[in-house]
Amino acid sequence: MRTIEVSAAVRTAVEITGLHFAYPDGVKALRGVDLTLGEGEKLALLGPNGAGKSTFLMHLNGILRGSGDIEIMGRCLRNHNIRYVRSQVGLVFEHPDDQLFSPTVLDDVAYGPLYMGLPKDEVLRRARWALEQVGMAGFEERMPHRLSMGQKKRVAIATVLSMHPPILALDEPTSSLAPSARRELIHLLDELPQTMIVSTHDIPMVRDLFPRTVVMDEGQVVADGDTQIILSDTALLAAHGLEVF
Amino acid sequence: MAIRVSALERYEARRSLLHQADARVKLPVTVAYIFAVTLTPVGHWTALALMAAPLPLAVASGGLSPLLVLRRSALALPFVLAAVPLIFTRQGETLFTLPPFGWDASRQGLVAVTTILAKSWLSVTAAVVLTATTSAVALVQGLRSLALPRILVATVSFMYRYIFVIAEEALRLVRARDSRSAWVEGRKSGGTAWWRAGTLGNMVGSLFLRSYERSERVYAAMQARGYDGEPRFLWNPPWRAAEITLGALVALYAAGIQVYAHY
Repeated sequence: MRTIEVSAAVRTAVEITGLHFAYPDGVKALRGVDLTLGEGEKLALLGPNGAGKSTFLMHLNGILRGSGDIEIMGRCLRNHNIRYVRSQVGLVFEHPDDQLFSPTVLDDVAYGPLYMGLPKDEVLRRARWALEQVGMAGFEERMPHRLSMGQKKRVAIATVLSMHPPILALDEPTSSLAPSARRELIHLLDELPQTMIVSTHDIPMVRDLFPRTVVMDEGQVVADGDTQIILSDTALLAAHGLEVF
Repeated sequence: MAIRVSALERYEARRSLLHQADARVKLPVTVAYIFAVTLTPVGHWTALALMAAPLPLAVASGGLSPLLVLRRSALALPFVLAAVPLIFTRQGETLFTLPPFGWDASRQGLVAVTTILAKSWLSVTAAVVLTATTSAVALVQGLRSLALPRILVATVSFMYRYIFVIAEEALRLVRARDSRSAWVEGRKSGGTAWWRAGTLGNMVGSLFLRSYERSERVYAAMQARGYDGEPRFLWNPPWRAAEITLGALVALYAAGIQVYAHY
C-alpha cells in the first residue's frame, strides 16, 4: 500500500479502522479499510467497478454493518446511535430515482427534517434553503420522476442538505450527466462547505475539486494521498483499471 | 447489491438425475401428482401415506437437503390455519370442549383438518422439489411446450426476469430512506406512524411507476427486435423415452392409489 502524508486537519470527521465486510453470499467486499478524514476535507474515492466504493460509503451511516471501527464526528457508530450518525452523514446514492420517492420535490427535500421532528416552519425553511443551494428553487411542486437526470441529481443532494449534515458522502454524482449538467454539478460541489467524500470515475472532476484522493481496489485502499501526485502516477492508475485523459 | 435479493431464487443448482430430467416431463407429472393428492378421500391414511412415499425418493434423487425442503414447505402452514376452525364447526362425536368459549371439537372435524394439512403439505412439497430441481428457464419452456397459452407463459417468464430487478430497486429505495431517517438529540424524532405509513405508500407508488415505465421501455426494445408476442427458444432437446416412461409410471402409481382409495 502506498501512503502519502496528508497535513493534519483541525478535527477528525471520519475515522475508520480495519473495516471488513462480506455480503451474505460470501463475496468479500471490504478487506481491512483504514481511513481518516479531517473536518472540511474533500476526498475523492477512485477505483474500478466492484472495488467496494459504494459498499464503503454505505458503512459511513450504518446502512451496511461490517466489522471494524467507525467513528463519525468523534462518536463510535453503534446500534443505539445509528440514527444520530445518519444526521451527521448525508449519503447521496448514485441513482437519484432511489432517493426520490415522494410525490413532489418539496415533500422529498422535507422528508429528512420532518423525520428529525423539526417544527413545520423550520422544515419548510430548510427545504427551501436546500433547494436554493442546489439551484432548484421554483421546482417545489414538480414530480421528481419528471425531472431531467441533472435536476434529479441536484434534488437528491438537496434532500440531504436540508438535514444540515456536517459530512456529505456522494456516490458517483456526475455519472450519466450531460456535459453542461456535469459542469453545473461540479460547480455546486465546489461551493458546498461540508466535509466531503465522493466516489467517482470522473478524473477531471477529481483533479479540479479534490485535494486528496484514495484509490480502492478489491476491497482495500491501495493509495491515499495528494491528488496531483496520485493522478500523475500512471503505473498505479493502470494497475487498478483507471485512466487519465 | 444483488445479494439479499438472491434469496428469491428457488433453484438449487446440482447435477442430479432429477435435475437433468426433462422439465416437459417433470412439470406434468408434478401437476398430476398434486391433482391426485387433492382427490384422496378424507381420513384415508393409507392412501395418503402411499401418496407421500415418492417424495422422499424424489428429494434423495435430487440431492436436496431434507431440511431445505421442510423449511420451504412451511409455506403450506398459513393455509392450514384457515382450516383449523373446521375442528369446531364440523358436526360429530365430541372430543373435547374449548374452555373459555364452550366450543365442541369433533373427531370428524379433526380428521378433516389433518387431511387438509397432509394434502396441502404434500402438494407444496412436490412443488418445492420441482422448483428446486428445475431452473426457471426450463420451467417456462416446459409450460410452453405443454401448450399453455403463450400470454401466460410470457407473463411468468417476464416476472422471473424482472422480479430481481424490482426487488433490488425496492432494496435501494429502503436504503435511501433509512439514510435520511435520522434522530437529533433532545428531540422526538421519527414522525407519526401515520406519516411513516404515508412515506411507505409513496415508495410503493414510486416503485410501481418505475416498473410500469420500465415495462414500456422493455416492450419498445423488444419490438425493435421484432417481438410478435411469441417467445422463441433455441432449446428444443429430443424427448427421452426412459424419462417419459418413468414419468408415466409415477402418474400411474398416483392414479392407482386413487382407484384403490375410492373403490
